Amino acid sequence: MSDTLPLLKMERISKSYPGVQALEAVDFDVVPGEIHALVGENGAGKSTLMKILTGAQLPDSGRIIWKNQPVNITSPGDAQALGISMIHQELSLIPHLTVGQNIFLGREIGSGIPGFINWKKLYRAAQELLDRLNVGIDARTEVRFLSIAQQQMVEVVKALSLNADLIAMDEPTSALTDRETDILFRVMRSLKAEGVSLIFISHRLEEVFEISDRITTLRDGIFVGTKEAATLTEAQVVNMMVGRELGELYPKTNRVRQEVVLQITNLQDNKELHGVDLTLHKGEILGIAGLVGAGRTALAETLFGIRRAVAGEIKIDGRPVRVNSPGKAIKLGMGLVPEDRKLQGVFLNMAVKDNIFISAMKQVTTWGFININKANRLAKTFVKKLGVRTPNVGQRIRNLSGGNQQKVVIARWLTLNPHILILDEPTRGIDIGAKAEIHGLMSDLAAEGMGVLMISSELPEVLNVSDRILVMHEGRVTAEFSRDEATQDKIMLAATGGLDQGGMLNENEHV
Amino acid sequence: MKIDFKTLSQKYGLVIVFLMLCLGLGLLTDRFLTVSNMVNVLRQSTINGIIAIGMTYVILTAGIDLSVGSILALTGVVTASLLQSEGVSVPLAIVAGLTLGALLGLVNGVIITQFKVPPFVTTLGMMTIARGLALTFTEGRPITGLPDGFRTIGTGSLGSIPMPIFIALIAFLLGYIVLNHTTLGEYIFALGNNPVAARYAGINTNVYIIFVYIVAGILAALAGMILIARLNSAQPTAGLAYEFDAIAAVVVGGTSFSGGEGSLWGTLLGVLVIAVLNNGLNLLNVSSFYQPVVTGVVIALALLFYKLLRR
Repeated sequence: MSDTLPLLKMERISKSYPGVQALEAVDFDVVPGEIHALVGENGAGKSTLMKILTGAQLPDSGRIIWKNQPVNITSPGDAQALGISMIHQELSLIPHLTVGQNIFLGREIGSGIPGFINWKKLYRAAQELLDRLNVGIDARTEVRFLSIAQQQMVEVVKALSLNADLIAMDEPTSALTDRETDILFRVMRSLKAEGVSLIFISHRLEEVFEISDRITTLRDGIFVGTKEAATLTEAQVVNMMVGRELGELYPKTNRVRQEVVLQITNLQDNKELHGVDLTLHKGEILGIAGLVGAGRTALAETLFGIRRAVAGEIKIDGRPVRVNSPGKAIKLGMGLVPEDRKLQGVFLNMAVKDNIFISAMKQVTTWGFININKANRLAKTFVKKLGVRTPNVGQRIRNLSGGNQQKVVIARWLTLNPHILILDEPTRGIDIGAKAEIHGLMSDLAAEGMGVLMISSELPEVLNVSDRILVMHEGRVTAEFSRDEATQDKIMLAATGGLDQGGMLNENEHV
Repeated sequence: MKIDFKTLSQKYGLVIVFLMLCLGLGLLTDRFLTVSNMVNVLRQSTINGIIAIGMTYVILTAGIDLSVGSILALTGVVTASLLQSEGVSVPLAIVAGLTLGALLGLVNGVIITQFKVPPFVTTLGMMTIARGLALTFTEGRPITGLPDGFRTIGTGSLGSIPMPIFIALIAFLLGYIVLNHTTLGEYIFALGNNPVAARYAGINTNVYIIFVYIVAGILAALAGMILIARLNSAQPTAGLAYEFDAIAAVVVGGTSFSGGEGSLWGTLLGVLVIAVLNNGLNLLNVSSFYQPVVTGVVIALALLFYKLLRR
């Protein structure tokens, strides 16, 4: 591929923000019709590089060569005009407009009379583009009715409608199920076959290896290297990203004990849960796998009192309990690290310390009055204990990386010393270094006797972190595997309902 | 040094605006910077100031309360009528009036949290209902002639500090302490910042939302009492559009409509900016027809200036 003339060449790009060298003389190139992965930990400079490419930021120095011509990209409009499109992690479609309206937003097809739109023509054009990707989306559907994956397809189509030669995708798979990811990859490959180049940013190395032709690694704003994907291994890429040998990626220190800390029988919520049975032991990390929509998050939220159970029994330390609010769940010794960190977890505009002690006000107040010294001390203790990287506890949490924000959310629960910690997608969108730390932490917590319930869509995580694995499908637990017997194939089979006909595969004798 | 100036002006932008305004008015008219005029400005700003404290609480939760002007009128006429009744002591009438304010706020809060009606719509309804009740209760006539003991809260003074200023100061201090040094305040900021995360963190968000509307109701009633005590008369049409003055003060003070960000210091400055402006325009003999125009323009300019500094 190196013999092809590059479509894009970014040469010695540097960019600094006050106090941070975000990029230092980074080289990056893309050839026509390739899928080029850009990897690196959070803060490595991937986003900055993409912002410079798409005109959202200006570089301090360096030059961009597009189709053999040096170009100045000073605004997103410039980038679009050249044929460079970006699909952001947070999708930018307008929910109450139709797919067609979204695709041609701002470029509506006129009807000859100024200000009037030719809807027929617009929808026909939109549908043609959609059909070209063969994704089965109707241009007249309102976007809010589409799944995240379908919305991503619409973004791709929007980019195509701009005649993009290069589409940069920032973490497009982070919110997708495996099945949806497969569809996205199919679309990406067909785009590639048409000669469109793609930049693929992802934290999931398996995906990077599955889809990309070449891989460029950045670390702390420095270009580490661009290599053919076929010549690399995952371990090599990890080393390039973190710049050191990562000890064990999944350290395990805990031992499952005999005592049952949580027992659930026939839990139902009339919507997503149709009778869940589950037992969690002290010192155990119980992994819950399944597809999105299988009821895993519903289970976590019902346990934590956010949703209401209509039937079933929850026993904590052998005592039957009713959980009708998160406050009650907390009193019963539970903590929940929710699925969507930004929406459900952190208070972005508040300080790190507030984010830590918000659920433990009793510990930092006397008669309802906050004792600032106590509050600071509590926050500092946990920042240190969990290795949260922040200049001080007064820092706004929005300035922290995703991994550090997640550690703060975990710290919030640890202040309460819970017996049961539920983590819903604990490492989604978090870089590898922080991920290993969070896994290590979960293991340490279990070693101290906590029961840990981990929901995850990442099979390697489920397989390597859990002591025991339950698989959910359509609101029920359809299979149970011990750590040793579980494989990706077995889990996927159970998760997709492949075991339903033969009744429940139950192997809990192994526990 | 450049950065220093910037952070300084970001933090104290409104203070700078306020001081510039005072300086300008001081240069334009020598009557402005006198002790008696300053006291006058403060006294004029007490009613809006007290209402604006409650409004700050409400807006911090990303809510809005359009009913405070009407609550002021209704609690005012009810208190006045109690004061004129046989056998009702002044303290009892005051407590009853404040309780009525709290109840009306409670109704707002319960409708907002339990029936999920947006605050704008709920309090718009309360605005009309409370006003209607005030008019019905009095048959449209003012209630005049209040006992002297009660009138002290509007016309008396404590040493050299006029009573209304003293009351407003106490309200501000209490409001400030609760907002910044207690669990209540911490939860108000948290749920304004991210209501979903607040719920997941175990905060019973509904309780605190109801609380802020109760606070707004009580403070509107308190402001109403000062007003009727000063005028020696309770009008069912009192407090028209007071909610907008309070909202203006809160917004000028830098509290965000999307909730979770802002401060009572900002609100205090906002109240003072508006009061100083009105006072200055009076001293400059600007026609009362033009005054709202000038006030509006200055508020808009202040916000613009403030926004530019924040970049």
